[in-house]
Amino acid sequence: MVDLSVKIGDVEMANPVTPASGAFSWEYADVIDLNRLGGLVAKTICKEPRLGNPTPRMAETEAGIIQSIGLPGKGIEYFIDHIVPEYKKFTPPLIVSVSSESTEEFAELARDLSIPGVDVIECNISCPTRNTTGGNFAMQSEHTKEVVSAIRAATDKPLWAKLSPNAGDIVSIAMAAEEAGADCLVIANTFLSLKIRTDNFRPALGNKFGGLVSPALKPIVLRMVYQVAKQVSIPVIGIGGVTKAEDVVEYMLAGASAVGIGYAGFRNPTALTAIIDDLEAWCDDRGIKKVTELIGAIKDDDMEMDTLTAASSGV
Amino acid sequence: MTDFVSASKYAASPDRVGEPDRHPDRPAGEFICNVLSNEWVNGEYKLLALETPPRALNARAGQFFHLLCPTPDGAEVWMRRPMSVYRIDKDAGHLQFLYKCEGRGTQGMALLEPGDEFNIAGPFGIGFHLDPAWKNIVVLGRGVGLATLAPLAQMAAENGVHVTAILSARSAELVMSRDMFDELGADVIAVNDTDHSSDVDNVEAILEKLIADGRADAFFTCGSNRLLDLMKRLGKAHGVPGQVAMEQIMACGLGACYICVRTFEVNGEKILRRVCREGPVFDIQETVGW
Repeated sequence: MVDLSVKIGDVEMANPVTPASGAFSWEYADVIDLNRLGGLVAKTICKEPRLGNPTPRMAETEAGIIQSIGLPGKGIEYFIDHIVPEYKKFTPPLIVSVSSESTEEFAELARDLSIPGVDVIECNISCPTRNTTGGNFAMQSEHTKEVVSAIRAATDKPLWAKLSPNAGDIVSIAMAAEEAGADCLVIANTFLSLKIRTDNFRPALGNKFGGLVSPALKPIVLRMVYQVAKQVSIPVIGIGGVTKAEDVVEYMLAGASAVGIGYAGFRNPTALTAIIDDLEAWCDDRGIKKVTELIGAIKDDDMEMDTLTAASSGV
Repeated sequence: MTDFVSASKYAASPDRVGEPDRHPDRPAGEFICNVLSNEWVNGEYKLLALETPPRALNARAGQFFHLLCPTPDGAEVWMRRPMSVYRIDKDAGHLQFLYKCEGRGTQGMALLEPGDEFNIAGPFGIGFHLDPAWKNIVVLGRGVGLATLAPLAQMAAENGVHVTAILSARSAELVMSRDMFDELGADVIAVNDTDHSSDVDNVEAILEKLIADGRADAFFTCGSNRLLDLMKRLGKAHGVPGQVAMEQIMACGLGACYICVRTFEVNGEKILRRVCREGPVFDIQETVGW
């Protein structure tokens, strides 16, 4: 039977399947066994309590949903006292996602969350509906470098940086995050989107813009993962449109060490564990002994066109 | 692409009819059910009957299932649709949903035929609660909201609680669930827009009389903002507790995504609650309408 375990830096995971931040909570234990997951990824937490964005927070489009939630939460104190213990009832590593509009507060959050029980700090520097200096630092290399450096200095925990697919050149941003001390790159957040209702000419979402979540993102994010993995030496986690085991395989072939799953868990609450079962069977059918054999195993050495350079230079 | 999980070559995560329950400790699940029937009950509503695995039958009145509806038009229906359960028949192993064919999800659902498989997740949320001290309750619903309230009559009958049901609709033909309330021994008062008997003034007079006659230990409502406002006002004035089942656009159904929030007012403070997790049944006095 295949060994599904993967390591993200020093973090050991039983398999490469994790939920994506914001699309998961311990409440999924009503339906699936959370101990089977590669990691537990909490919803992004901010320092102060936040109500989040006005409703409607979701709208369907022809090719997926757009959503704008606005990072609601009860703040860091409540999170440490009440939510961390909920996750610690389960065994997989706990990845805590944090966000802030300021570099200083971001660092403060990471420091205050560097407590026993928290295994990884994931900095959500790419909330799509915030502006470049207001929490969406990952739109530009210099902002990415500045904020990740500050967070790095504030914590000894493994630090993962979640990047934005909305940036023009994600490779340079990924390199900036690596240089600033990130231990892993999570690619990517959602795509900034808009839907307008034709019955009343109003934006469909209460916050006007939202992030697109869809299987349609997979080929685009897969391309980003491929480009980034070629250029950095830290692990990459791919998030975007994973709905089945073959999608996990594709991301790993492109260079990802693990994947995050959002939408598929909305659609099929048992999707995460089903995908783990499928991945195991897929590997066993092919005699693959260790799932890590798949990482970066894309066969493209004989292909002439250097698409990496082409895409990076905006061709 | 309708159902990633059940379409998978390997995965066996959703539970199926006739197979052993592989997740007996979980309060909810993802189930592949068999469609038994899906008939029109009038020009707008259909009744879907499903054969389900036993764990799905643990649903309580007011809880909902999250339904993976087929496409009505070839384009994907991306998200599940939350729908409260209409009837739970544990002996037969059946669940029923009464629904209005209105949006893309329910239009797709209308295409289901006997023998089809249908993926449902649940039961989710907090259902109706009956306090043992209540002997007489008043159920006031309108339109498709009556489908949500119908299993409450079943629960009340099982607990020896008397029900007065005020059923409101646009016209007499569209009064839903009357048979079910009749069958369960409720006193039924049907009102409609055609003869103006559904006007708030008239419904208010009916409720006032029930309160005066000691027939209203608690209020229950679903399906109309103005009827909710009425029950909130009268409940507050006369000290009658009440519960309302509410709706919202929803994604995960489990409390993770915070898409289905609504505003409530508790001790003078405005707060947001998730319809899927803290609801869909809420205290009438804490609502702020919609």
